[in-house]
Amino acid sequence: MDLNFGLSIAYPEIILAIAALVLLIWGAFQGKPSALFTIAALAALAAAAVAAAVGPLGRAFAGGLVADPIAVFAKVVIYAASAIAIPLGDRWLAKRGTDRFEYAVLIILAALGMGMMASAGDLISLYVGIELQSLALYILAAFQRDDAKASEAGLKYFVLGALSSGLLLYGASLIYGFAGSTKFDVIATAVHAGAGGGVLFGLVFLICGLAFKVSAAPFHMWTPDVYEGAPTPIVGFFAGAPKLAAMVLFARVLTEAFGGAIDQWRQVVVLLALASVAVGAFAGLAQKNLKRLWAYSSIANIGYALVGLAAGGQAGVQSMLMFMVLYTVDVTGFFACLAALSREGRPMETMDDFAGLMKERPGLCLAMTAFSLSALGLPPFTGFWAKFYVFKAAIGAGGYLPAVAVAALVGSVVAAFYYLRLIKVMWLDPAPGQTDAPPVGARYVAYAAALFAIAALLGPLTLIDPLAQAAAAALNAR
Amino acid sequence: MIGILSLTTFAPLLGVIAILALRFAGKPDDPRTASAARWIALATTLATLALSALVVMKFNAADPGFQFTENANWFAGLHYRMGVDGISVLFVLLTAFLMPICILASWKSIETRVIEYMIAFLVLETLVIGVFCALDLILFYLFFEGQLIPMFLIIGIWGGKNRVYAAFKFFLYTLLGSVLMLAAILAMILIAHTSSIPELLTFKFAPGVQTWLWLAFFASFAVKMPMWPVHTWLPDAHVEAPTAGSVILAGILLKMGGYGFMRFSLPMFPNASWEFQPLIFALSVIAIVYTSLVAFRQTDIKKLIAYSSVAHMGFVTMGIFSGNLQGEQGALFQMLSHGVISGALFLCVGVVYDRMHTREIAFYGGLVNRMPIYAAVFMLFTMGNVGLPGTSGFVGEILTMTGVYGASTWTAVVAATGVILSAVYALSLYRRVVFGVITNPALNTIGDLETREVLIFAPLILATLILGLQPNLVFQLTNASVEHLVAAFSAATR
Repeated sequence: MDLNFGLSIAYPEIILAIAALVLLIWGAFQGKPSALFTIAALAALAAAAVAAAVGPLGRAFAGGLVADPIAVFAKVVIYAASAIAIPLGDRWLAKRGTDRFEYAVLIILAALGMGMMASAGDLISLYVGIELQSLALYILAAFQRDDAKASEAGLKYFVLGALSSGLLLYGASLIYGFAGSTKFDVIATAVHAGAGGGVLFGLVFLICGLAFKVSAAPFHMWTPDVYEGAPTPIVGFFAGAPKLAAMVLFARVLTEAFGGAIDQWRQVVVLLALASVAVGAFAGLAQKNLKRLWAYSSIANIGYALVGLAAGGQAGVQSMLMFMVLYTVDVTGFFACLAALSREGRPMETMDDFAGLMKERPGLCLAMTAFSLSALGLPPFTGFWAKFYVFKAAIGAGGYLPAVAVAALVGSVVAAFYYLRLIKVMWLDPAPGQTDAPPVGARYVAYAAALFAIAALLGPLTLIDPLAQAAAAALNAR
Repeated sequence: MIGILSLTTFAPLLGVIAILALRFAGKPDDPRTASAARWIALATTLATLALSALVVMKFNAADPGFQFTENANWFAGLHYRMGVDGISVLFVLLTAFLMPICILASWKSIETRVIEYMIAFLVLETLVIGVFCALDLILFYLFFEGQLIPMFLIIGIWGGKNRVYAAFKFFLYTLLGSVLMLAAILAMILIAHTSSIPELLTFKFAPGVQTWLWLAFFASFAVKMPMWPVHTWLPDAHVEAPTAGSVILAGILLKMGGYGFMRFSLPMFPNASWEFQPLIFALSVIAIVYTSLVAFRQTDIKKLIAYSSVAHMGFVTMGIFSGNLQGEQGALFQMLSHGVISGALFLCVGVVYDRMHTREIAFYGGLVNRMPIYAAVFMLFTMGNVGLPGTSGFVGEILTMTGVYGASTWTAVVAATGVILSAVYALSLYRRVVFGVITNPALNTIGDLETREVLIFAPLILATLILGLQPNLVFQLTNASVEHLVAAFSAATR
């Protein structure tokens, strides 16, 4: 593999890295972000997505960077979600006087990191991708630095994130020590030759580190606080793309490097999945703040995605991809609604703030209802199809996984209660006062996502399904 | 090319689009918009009724298989398949028949958020008709589960005092049953490599697998039906729902449970159905006797009728799992007849509730003096509920009991006491509400049925009497399919 080919594989990363640096310099001279600045940032993401979609497939840099259908699939979704976050967040922050040009730069850096996570072919690029992404996200969480809650969120995220990175590195070093390489394919050979206790020990640490990144229970503690404190549109971003990236990485590590040890890691993943579903469902019942509630909802939903991952094989990975994409649309839309709504200049966050929304803002209320029902997994919304794929994969996997699927399904009934309560508050309760006119941008994002969530039966799902299938097929256990 | 079944199923959605267009074009608070929404809803439901009547007329009764079938590729290996046979075709008609009545019954009693109300009902109609027409497991599940949303809103927004509690209970109860069914559906697709219902009907699942699948489907349909002891959501939902909501709930939504048993449990898992027959018989008999006694003790008219619904559904489950021709035909007939009669009874409650805003039995008494037409109408449906020969209620009960007698004598004997008990609670309700002299001064000005209400009741009266005197109209449509079902069942369990 010559250098030219390697660079052509890395085009999306190169574009984003250069764009981030150029925007940083441009922003330093300009101060507040202008419309042109935002457009340039969006153009960089769009260019990266195109480069990823049409670029060649293969492995470069001694296997450290992989471009295969699953990486391309993940990257396009990640860049799209990041692109939506930029104007959404800009407007929201501008309204509160805290808009800075660093916002777009940080999102692009995070997108760069997430893209690397999706493409990681060895433990080094895995770690670099995760850290690049995480560092950008820590800062984004604390972006409103004068706000005590936002600072708390950023600090908490950072400290716990550093701990998880430590776990991850420790695991990676163990794996390297016992398998003799950081490359996934060499690790796979070692695992097939007979995975010793050392490698498995390292794997468990690696899984713990990744579980933290996707906020699976019992590594979920940071999620509610960070979601509550961070600016609303940024939370919508947190809940979608980074988790998709981490799940793809999860799938790649488990399938490509540790495909031979599926019986061992499956137990761990199942445990994480069931714990997440249970924590997400039960702890969510007590939440009054909608952002916290959605944090628990995301924990439960990651549990379902992990059920798909635990199913293993092509069907399992495909189900996980479908789930994460559909869920990303859901949370993006939901937080766009939250970002669009305010009452007398104050953001609406507690459950009671949303009373009587159907009377005042029927459009946004319908959208939020659709997202809630979708997250609950009720047909015909996309969330149902997400669960359909996951549980089909789990039941098809045999063994004890059908029982896991049934347990997770029952968990979704518990979670149904809080989604219904939100709908009840919005549709049935009398409104306490007037809401402000929602900004146009966020409203359109919300409507577009809602249309996707509702109309998925006819259009988008038929398109995504074969793509996810091809993507999952690319991930071969060795 | 859109088939007639798809057209019937999705016709109500055209009404929804029209109402939505009106809502966003005009002023939402304008009373004229609300009244236009009513008319659009009525016209749409009537058009759907005409379409479904066309389906029944063109239905070939000699063919036991599925007719008017449609099949189109979807995604992920799924298909969009529609079709009806003798078992499902009449439910389509029943749904389309009750819907305009519901719209008319809500004409005046629903004054707030009329637009949303009409949309909820039209969406509900699409989903319910879809349940009966779907020939693909996933499609069936979509329709089956989707109707939770409009029903949740109907109970939650336009219901009585305790409506939020009732709506949550209804939703969560049903959802828990349904998710188990979803797991079973996925397992069936993976085992049989098809989600087509006609293909699954001929697929033979291993007996051990059947047991699990049967239990999962049972969890869903038993809640929907509802069977004792998972019936407790029903009285709450009924009491709190608006009148038209109760009519739909009792008239159609409960029937989806019985339909599910006949479509899935019995033919697809015959060995498990045979194995669990004693369980079903026991639960059915308990439902018949116990809930009849409970009904007798109620002080709320609607709650009494709700419990009587549970008892009548006991006859249905018993009949279905008897596995013989009389039992199946009786169960099917009982479901249709109960759809009409219980719907009518809830409308009777609605009539006095609209006037007095209470459903306490003790509040009423002596209504015959002020409302003679109402007393006559109520009398007819009470008799139908009791199962008086000549009304449709009789045919279903006698046939299910004949069927069960062939399968288990004792079950039939105990179930027969239910006929007496139903007379006890229904007649005593009638006596307390209608007969006697008026003692409550509030009732001195109560008015008799108005033209709109007579129009609502007329088709129901006709249906009750026609079904009661000419049950063959139903049987000749259902016979071929039911015979086929019974033959397959007895072949599998011999």
